[in-house]
Amino acid sequence: MTAPAIELKGISKAFGPVQANKDISISVQPGTIHGIIGENGAGKSTLMSILYGFYKADAGEIFIKGERTAIPDSQAAIAAGIGMVFQHFKLVENFTVLENIILGAEDGAMLNTSLGNARSELKHLADEYGLNVDPDEIIENLSVGHQQRVEILKALYRKAEILILDEPTGVLTPSEADQLFRILDRLREEGKTIILITHKLREIMEYTNTVSVMRRGQMTATVKTDETSPEHLAELMVGRKVLLRVDKDAAEPGASVLDIKGLRVVDDTGVERVKGIDLNVRAGEIVGIAGVAGNGQSELLEVLGGFAEGTGEIMMNGAVIPLSGHGADGQARRASGISHVPEDRQREGLIMEFAAWENTVFGYHQEPEIQNGLLMDNKGIFSEAEAKMQRFDVRPPDPKLAAKNFSGGNQQKIVLAREIERNPDLLLIGQPTRGVDIGAIEFIHQQIVSLRDQGKAILLVSVELDEIMSLSDRIVVMFDGHITGERDPKHTNEKELGLLMAGITDTSAVAGNGGNDTTEQEVHADG
Amino acid sequence: MDKMPKWADIVLIPIISLLLAAFFSALVILAIGENPVEALKLMIDGALMRSAGWGYTLYYATNFIFTGLAVSVAFHARLFNIGGEGQAMVGGLGVALVCLYIPWPHWSLAILGASVGAALFGAAWAYLPAVLQAKRGSHIVITTIMFNFIAAALLNYVLVEWLRPIGAMDPASAKFPGATHLPSFQDMFSTADTPMFRGAPANVTFFLALVACVVVWMLIWKTRLGYEIRAFGQSETAAKYAGISPVRITVIAMLISGALAGMMSVNTTMGESERLILNSTEGAGFIGIAVALMGRNHPFGVLLAAILFGFLYQGGAELALWTSIPRELIVVIQALVILFTGALDNMVRAPLEKVFIALRRRNV
Repeated sequence: MTAPAIELKGISKAFGPVQANKDISISVQPGTIHGIIGENGAGKSTLMSILYGFYKADAGEIFIKGERTAIPDSQAAIAAGIGMVFQHFKLVENFTVLENIILGAEDGAMLNTSLGNARSELKHLADEYGLNVDPDEIIENLSVGHQQRVEILKALYRKAEILILDEPTGVLTPSEADQLFRILDRLREEGKTIILITHKLREIMEYTNTVSVMRRGQMTATVKTDETSPEHLAELMVGRKVLLRVDKDAAEPGASVLDIKGLRVVDDTGVERVKGIDLNVRAGEIVGIAGVAGNGQSELLEVLGGFAEGTGEIMMNGAVIPLSGHGADGQARRASGISHVPEDRQREGLIMEFAAWENTVFGYHQEPEIQNGLLMDNKGIFSEAEAKMQRFDVRPPDPKLAAKNFSGGNQQKIVLAREIERNPDLLLIGQPTRGVDIGAIEFIHQQIVSLRDQGKAILLVSVELDEIMSLSDRIVVMFDGHITGERDPKHTNEKELGLLMAGITDTSAVAGNGGNDTTEQEVHADG
Repeated sequence: MDKMPKWADIVLIPIISLLLAAFFSALVILAIGENPVEALKLMIDGALMRSAGWGYTLYYATNFIFTGLAVSVAFHARLFNIGGEGQAMVGGLGVALVCLYIPWPHWSLAILGASVGAALFGAAWAYLPAVLQAKRGSHIVITTIMFNFIAAALLNYVLVEWLRPIGAMDPASAKFPGATHLPSFQDMFSTADTPMFRGAPANVTFFLALVACVVVWMLIWKTRLGYEIRAFGQSETAAKYAGISPVRITVIAMLISGALAGMMSVNTTMGESERLILNSTEGAGFIGIAVALMGRNHPFGVLLAAILFGFLYQGGAELALWTSIPRELIVVIQALVILFTGALDNMVRAPLEKVFIALRRRNV
């Protein structure tokens, strides 16, 4: 029996009164993909930061290949053979691939030798692991998937034996994600050890050998992947039984609520983000917009929500609503029956410094029923907030607590409570469960479906394909500001949607029940 | 969870900062060969132990309340209005015009009229920087400080060319009519046998300042407008989402701020000098920044901080009068107080937070 690639014994870490990691022990076998799964705030990132030398553990020991190793900083982690691929890449955008790879690992004062060495080493790595990237391309011209490859190459160039990936598929199309996992498989075959942090149960089930579950700072279980099931893992993560599938009846759509014709949106930098789309949403249905982030979905929501300007025609319940100038702001949109759960609740949907009760009227603070003469009826708002938080199971149910002190899921519940209880004709909802834990996802999905069942129109934007497929009654795919297709969720699959998301409209090969492998497609994300 | 209880944030930190400032001031006084204990005694004696001393302390405090509130209101919208000085100067012009050209029957009406004049002129002076910021993105710090210089030049011109009585040598307006004379504390509180606040400039405007504190508190925390100002100040993207117009809030917050700064001149121009003079603001517009910082942009905090700075002003004047401590050193002491209470806030805060966290953990 070989020594484990990494072994942690009794790792604890506290931030002030918060115990982020508590007595964590884990052992990762070499040449395996080891998944770590857990809800937001379960302590996954803290644990990895300790392993990579960003934080110092309060207690506990780290063993690398059986040897006790201190990791006071990331230099020590690199020396110990640990490489990390962050969720948000740490690349210099206007440097070439090669320059990024040697950054911080230059040998000697003259750059040319380093670049030369790196070039041959890079070629070697590319051949060995199928990590093809043009070494002279500027980072910002690369697709997100290729940028991620550069991150992996950076780690391998530094002789990493253990590779930690933090939520690696969050920004990838399904086909890019497929390619990533093929690379990870190759790396495993070559004897590298991979730690995969994710919240996607499907990835864990498909690609890992072993999986460890974290909950509230503790390691609750480590199991062999082929001896477990998604339901079991979800239960371990949340601590109770969780319904993973969305339970809903067939939609009974009514009259058209939202009609969009030829909508175009140009952003602040002059780039056209939405390039003439037609879309309609009827009462009693959920229309889901699938697409990789940055293909115009956000701008679509912003125009509908009244905080970006566009051209074209939008009709709400048959009446044209203005798309620019006065009468096109959030107040006017709310008045015409549109509620909006924005994509970024921390920057848009909530004022993080405000107490929860103040946030429960944000955007509706001008309504006459919450005014008391010249002043706002703060008492009334407060008691209504208390009731709302009860109904939406916000925890802790303390209206005085600032929004920033709630977890992601509970912040989202505050926004949802505010927007859904306005009884809108149309609910816009962007990334409803981004950064939300599994337990809360179930609740949020139920709320959305029940609003639909009350005959409301719902426009859903999400980068989580699973979520789009399970919630939507109709799926519309966006790519590069265009709508590339519309599908019935019952008669499509991830492969087909993945092609549409990459701008390929000929999906006959994969339509219906799957088909051959997706071909390598270059997808250029914006920015 | 907040790291510290609220009382520690509001009470403990300012007190510790003040003690630190006092300590370093003492070192400076020692360094020039004077006795810091004597100096402190003299300051307290001169500013707080006699009613006349209080009369000066509260007079200065009145100025600082207005300028402190002005900075606070703008700051709630994340606008750093450092043009209080200029806005107060121009506000003084408003007071002078109202007092000179409208025949007031009684001071109680005159003070209302003068307040409106001061507020309008002060707000007008803040309007251009506000619009430039809101529509053109010209940074408000730059524009407001530039407007201070323009205000000083404007006032000079107006006094010399227009308001100066014919034949007068002094760049000042004519004396205001007697009916606009505001009751001073001496008028209000002296009895036949015991004169109070003798000769001190504090006047009824102090109570106007207290009212302003209450009104600003209501505005910021109880009204829709205050809600929008605070929301915009915390997050512009969120404000846009909610349909709050950034342009509108920027302009309105700056108008209110300018109006408050302008109203300071009711105290100086109408209450004290009773005519418009050059440099009646004496830097109070800038002290307002320190007052707002120390008062955490809360009207009650502003009130307390304004009284403290009033004390420093008056006590400093006493020091200069009775000791060989030069006037410049008083400025150094004031600067130390600003440094420790405002700029170096985190120096005290961070260790104190650690103490509270440690205490809490022990209790758990």
